[in-house]
Amino acid sequence: MSDIADRVKKIVVEHLGVEEDKVTETASFIDDLGADSLDTVELVMAFEEEFGIEIPDDAAETIQTFGDAVKFISGAV
Amino acid sequence: MFDLNGKNALITGASGGIGGEIARALHKAGATVTLSGTRLAPLEALAAELGDRAHVATCDLSDAASVEALPKAAIEKMGSIDVLVNNAGITRDNLFMRMSDEEWQSVIDVNLTSTFRLCRGVLRGMMKARWGRIVNISSVVGATGNPGQGNYAASKAGMVGMSKSLAAEVASRGITVNCVAPGFITTAMTDKLNDEQKSRILTQVPAGRMGEVTEIAAAVLYLASPEAGYVTGTTLHVNGGMAMI
Repeated sequence: MSDIADRVKKIVVEHLGVEEDKVTETASFIDDLGADSLDTVELVMAFEEEFGIEIPDDAAETIQTFGDAVKFISGAV
Repeated sequence: MFDLNGKNALITGASGGIGGEIARALHKAGATVTLSGTRLAPLEALAAELGDRAHVATCDLSDAASVEALPKAAIEKMGSIDVLVNNAGITRDNLFMRMSDEEWQSVIDVNLTSTFRLCRGVLRGMMKARWGRIVNISSVVGATGNPGQGNYAASKAGMVGMSKSLAAEVASRGITVNCVAPGFITTAMTDKLNDEQKSRILTQVPAGRMGEVTEIAAAVLYLASPEAGYVTGTTLHVNGGMAMI
C-alpha cells in the first residue's frame, strides 16, 4: 500500500474510531464507517492539513469512500 | 466560576457601549480579547484601559472581504478564537412602506450576513479544538417586532434561527451557539431619547428601569464560560420582563 493510503487510513481510523481492516478501498465513510456529514467535513479538513493541499467543496463532495480519498489526494499532492 | 483564563475571545462592535462592556467582562474573567469595530480610536482607548491581553482589529462589517479577513487577523494576534461574540449592529429605521431596498439590505448585511460569515470563519479552529463558544447579540425586537424596525427585527430574528441551526450542527463537537437578546439598555444610543420617550418605553418594562450594559455583559460571560457547556441553541432574554418568552 502506498504511503498516501497509509496516511489517509491512519486519519480515518483515528477520527472515526473504526478497525483498520474495515477501511477498505470501497468502504463508504458514511454507509460503512459510521461517519455523519460533519465527520466527512472534518476528515477533509484533516486531509488538507496532513497533505498541505486545498480540497474545494465540489471536490470534497465526490470523496465518498476511502478509495476516493486516496485517489483524489494522490492526484493533488 | 466563569473562568476564561487561557481562552481567546473576538468581540465585534467593541467600540460601542454594550460591546465594550462585554470585552471588559470577558477580559476580567481572564480571557485574551481582540476588540473589533470600524473606528480605531475608541478600540485603542479600550485596549489601553484593559492593558495586557487586549488586541485591536478594525473591520468594516458591510464589506465581505474585510469580514473574511477578521478571524484570520484575530488568530494571528491571539493564536486561536475560542469565544466569538457577534455584537456589532446597526439600525436604519423607517416605516415599512417607506423603507428603501438599501436600508433593508445594509442592516441585513451588517447584522446578519457578517454574523454568518464570522461564525463560519471561526468554526474550523473550534471544531479542531473540540471547544468553542459563539454568542450572538440579538434583540428583544427580534422576538416581538417593533414599528419602524422591520429590517432590524428581521436581522435579529434571523440571528436566532441561524444560531439554532448551527448549534445543532456542532453541538457534538463541544461548541455552543447561543443568543443574548437585550431589551431597553442604557447606552449612548438610548441617551439621545428625551424623558418623555424614555418614560413611555418604561411603562412596558415591569422592572421599571432600563437595563445596564453590565447586565448584558454578565449574560454573555455566562454563555461563554465552561459552566455553560450544556446550554446551546437558546436565547437568553435580558429585558427586565419587557417580553417574557
